[in-house]
Order: sequence, then C-alpha cells, then structure tokens
Amino acid sequence: MSVFVFLEGSEGKIKKSSKEAISYAVEVGKIIGDDEIIAIVLGVYEDTDLEKLGNNGATRVINVNDEKLNENQISIYAQIISEIIQSGSANLVIMTKSSFSDNVGARIAGKTGASIVSNVVSLPDVSSGFSVRKSIFTGKAFATVSLSGEKKVLIIKRNVIELMENGDKADVEKNPIPDNLKFNEKITGLEKAEGDILLDDAEIVVSGGRGLKGPENWGMIEELARALGAATGCSKPVSDIGWRPHHEHVGQTGVKVSPNLYIAVGISGAIQHLAGVNSSKVLVAINEDPDAPFFKAADYGIVGDAFEIIPKLTEKIKSL
Amino acid sequence: MKILVCITHVPDTTAKISFTNDNTKFNEAGIQFIIGPYDDYALAKAVELKDTHGGSITVLNVGEASTEPTIRKALAIGADDAIRINANPMDSMYVAQQIAEIAKQEKYDLILMGRESIDYNNGIVHGIVGALLDMPSISPVMLLDIEGTTAKLAREIEGGKEFLEVELPFVAGCQEPIAEWKIPNMRGIMTARTKPLKVVEPVPFNPASGTVSYESLPEKGSVKLIDPENAEELIDLLKNEEKVL
Ligand SMILES: Cc1cc2nc3c(=O)[nH]c(=O)nc-3n(C[C@H](O)[C@H](O)[C@H](O)COP(=O)(O)OP(=O)(O)OC[C@H]3O[C@@H](n4cnc5c(N)ncnc54)[C@H](O)[C@@H]3O)c2cc1C
Repeated sequence: MSVFVFLEGSEGKIKKSSKEAISYAVEVGKIIGDDEIIAIVLGVYEDTDLEKLGNNGATRVINVNDEKLNENQISIYAQIISEIIQSGSANLVIMTKSSFSDNVGARIAGKTGASIVSNVVSLPDVSSGFSVRKSIFTGKAFATVSLSGEKKVLIIKRNVIELMENGDKADVEKNPIPDNLKFNEKITGLEKAEGDILLDDAEIVVSGGRGLKGPENWGMIEELARALGAATGCSKPVSDIGWRPHHEHVGQTGVKVSPNLYIAVGISGAIQHLAGVNSSKVLVAINEDPDAPFFKAADYGIVGDAFEIIPKLTEKIKSL
Repeated sequence: MKILVCITHVPDTTAKISFTNDNTKFNEAGIQFIIGPYDDYALAKAVELKDTHGGSITVLNVGEASTEPTIRKALAIGADDAIRINANPMDSMYVAQQIAEIAKQEKYDLILMGRESIDYNNGIVHGIVGALLDMPSISPVMLLDIEGTTAKLAREIEGGKEFLEVELPFVAGCQEPIAEWKIPNMRGIMTARTKPLKVVEPVPFNPASGTVSYESLPEKGSVKLIDPENAEELIDLLKNEEKVL
C-alpha cells in the first residue's frame, strides 16, 4: 500500500506549503507501515522540479503532463485524482490546506466516499482506530476526530510539520490525460500581487489596522515588512474600506495565519481578528491604547504611537 | 432563479469556547447562536440575486429543533421558505449527503453556502455536495454575477483572485465581499413568523468520522511590555530570546 499526496502549483512552480504534505506523509507512512509516498502533480512542470520532490520525501511522482491542467480546475483535478485512488493502490490521500485544495479534497471525498477531515494539526494516532487532532472554532480549540472509512482524505494545516530535505530524487512517471474529462470551469483571468511574499507562506507577518489612519501610511508597514522579509496583512475594516487588498485581510472571516512572528500595528485585537492569528508562535502588539485587548493575547507589547515606533524598529533591523 | 442557501447555526464570534462532560461536549451554557458569518454572506447574495433576477430563496439547515430561531432569522433577512433536516449535523459528509438529497428532488439553479462553518472549519461541504450532485463547486467565491445561465465569479486564491465562468447549476462557498450582510427589518421579522418552515427527517447515512474529545487552548502567559523609548529592544528579544528573526 502507498500514501498519495496531492501537490498544488501555480505558474509552473509547486507551492512550498503544499510540499509539507509529502513530509507529513512520510511520517504517516512510518506509523501505518507504508513506505511508498506517491506525489500527484497535474500540469506541466520541469522534470528536475518533479524529481526534486524526492528531497521532501516522495518516492514516486505521478505527473499528468498536459497543459490543459496548468490552470487549477477544481472538478477536473478531483476527477483525475479520484480515478487514481479508485484504481485501488492507496487508501490515504494527504494535502496541505489552501483555497484550492479544500475544494479538490472535498470533491474527492464526495466521489470516492472517503472519510475526510481538514485543518489537521497532528500525525494520526492508530493505537485504536485512526484519529487526528484538528483545529476548530477558528483556532480557539482543538478536537480529536476519528475516521472510520477505509479511504481517507486528510487536509493538513500549514506549518504543522517541518519540510524534510534528504537529498533524494523521486522516480517520475508521466500519465496521459484521461479523455473523459468535462471542463466545467472556464478560468478567464488571474490577479496576483507581484513579487510579494504570500501571507500563507510567510514566516513573519506585519499587519496594520485602522490605527494607521489611511492607506497612505502603509509605506512604513511595507518598509518594516521588507526589512524583516515579512508578508503584510491587515484587519477586516482596513480591507473593507479598501485601504488594502482583500487577500491581506487576516482573521475569523479572512486568512488564518500561523507564522513564527506576527506583529500587529494599530489593531485593537478584537476576538475575530485574534481568531486568525492565535496559532502564531510569537505575537507582538503595538498600540497607543494600553487597554487594547491585543495586549491580553500578545507575547510582547509596546504601548505608544506606531508612527514613532515602526521607523525605529525598521532602522534597528536594517542595522543588524 | 431558484436558489438554495445552506446555513449553519453556530456560536457567535465573540463566544467563549469551553467544553463539558470530561471534554467530550461543547458547553452551550450562555452561548448565543447566529447564522454562520460566511453563510450570512451567501444569504445576502441570494437576496441581491433575487432582487435582480426574481425567483425564490429556500434556506436549509441540518439541525435539531433548537436551530429554528436561527432559521427564522434567515427568513426575516429575505428567504421565502425553509427546510430543517431534523438531525444533529454529525460531520461534513453527513451534512452534505442530506443537502444533496434535498437538492436532487428540488433542482435548484444555484446552491449557496458559506466557505466554511466557524465551529468545525472544515470548508468542504460545498465541494462534497458538488461532487454528489455532479455539478461544479467553487469556493471561496468573493464576486458573483449571473447573466442568463452563465455565472461570472471571482475566487480568492492565496495572494490574489482567480476569475472564472461556469454554467448554472453549481454550488458556491461564499465569503466577503460577495455582498453586504443584511440586517432584518421590522417587516421581515413579522413576515418570517408565518413563512413556511418544513421539517424533514434525514436520509439514513452513517457518518465516517466522529469527534472523540475536545481541548481548549492553553492559557496565555502575560504580555511583556517594552518601553516605547527603547522600542529597539523588541528586536533584540525577538532575535536572541525567541529566535524568530
Ligand atoms: C462576524 C464578524 C467577523 C469578523 N471578522 C474579522 C476578521 O476576520 N478580521 C478582523 O480583523 N476583524 C474581523 N471582524 C471585525 C472585528 O470585530 C474588529 O472590528 C476589527 O478587527 C477591528 O479592526 P482594527 O483593530 O483595525 O480597528 P479598531 O478596532 O478601530 O482598532 C484600531 C486600533 O488602533 C489603535 N491606534 C490608533 N492610532 C494609533 C497609533 N497612532 N499608534 C498605535 N495604535 C493606534 C487604537 O488604539 C485601536 O486599538 C469581524 C467582526 C464580526 C462581527
């Protein structure tokens, strides 16, 4: 038996966070006694990039190398992967959570009848049955969930496992595109922030709130982020008013982040904002109001005017 | 246009989350329940679509009788009628099976729901329903326009948006800024009392997953405050103590 991992890419590059699922699968394989880790990659990629997945733990790569799959087509991807699974050689499919893989994983479960769980934060416990820990209530609690189906889909949260690098190369197998595909979704365009570090992949995030008073004041946030190699985020009202693009909105109804360091500037710390950041390793709050609720959640705080403090921090970072 | 909006009945976003019965049961004491915020966006969008294109909105919830006030609120916001599938929503697959069963009988043009529930956060019910009904499912949808039988959508992706077109019928998991949340007005609240709410028994289906136990987050230690005059000290602490720089 083998473990399947679905990998996701965009514009010919496999996403780093998605590779974490391979390293997770290696650990799962050790627990359940499967040592073949098969990575499924759909679309056209460089052969060397596919072989390099061995470095992260894949023993074999199945690549359906057809440019019709270069766009992330939800139903087509789910159909192809479901067929690979139903061909019988694996009972477990693992992927890293993303706005795309949630859809694909869900449809695979719908098609194959697999048990499915998302937001997984632990390796499985197989001492009695098969159970995993998952994050619930938007990061405010955890649940241990048991899965009883023979086939299982696990969608893991980002940053739950260290990406393994062992220098190995994977065997790459090219499969033809099935000819029974029905392309339901026509992708007509893509709008992406250029060159920025993605919020989802970032080790450090600097976020600004309404306390920054206006979009023209984001220069200092961006400068601090650049100095730190960080992604920028914001609170909901900031994206609602259009000061910042929507994909930067962090919190209960926005992106959930779990970086090593989250710096909140001029954000009050409403419970809905905290819900999206509370699995960060270190939380820093900078706010002029000593009673701002963020200080109850933060590890470090500075009570003061962001307009004075941020430039000082940037300067200090640059001097390191 | 015949629209189905699936809603969850979940603790208000400010609720303090705790557990009872030796951490095997969510503690409902003192909790106020609401329509899931993402589902609320789906409902608001349905109301806008009905205003533009005509048609009807049915709201559906898989839940026990205690969810009826939440369903009535959806009726007050603008749904025409409601279905409650009388069952404890045991897992995503179970809920999706129930929704799909209703949708097979009723043939909706559009099935809207939130991108995820804010209690279990799986974010997969729309996809499972789509697969079960063999229709496209798209999430998280932030823009939705319909012209004839074609929908134009924007789906949020990490760091941006993807634009796409899809033919009706399909399933969408919604999020902001698809529409503005709507607050029920007095007339809505009055008429909601008499709008039809049908209670349907679930189709038998064995859930393949179950929650064994819960854990609350560990208590956070207190914040270490740094003097704003020596703000730079923060950087030293992050580098040398926390080793995150
Ligand atoms: C269902 C629901 C879902 C929600 N989802 C989200 C979500 O996903 N994400 C989210 O962020 N919010 C969400 N919210 C909104 C949330 O409740 C808060 O309203 C929001 O987080 C507040 O944003 P803010 O902190 O930027 O603004 P404010 O609350 O206005 O805070 C601004 C802060 O800036 C400080 N400040 C002002 N000037 C300065 C200065 N010069 N220097 C330093 N500090 C300064 C102030 O002291 C204040 O604390 C949601 C709300 C609801 C009801």
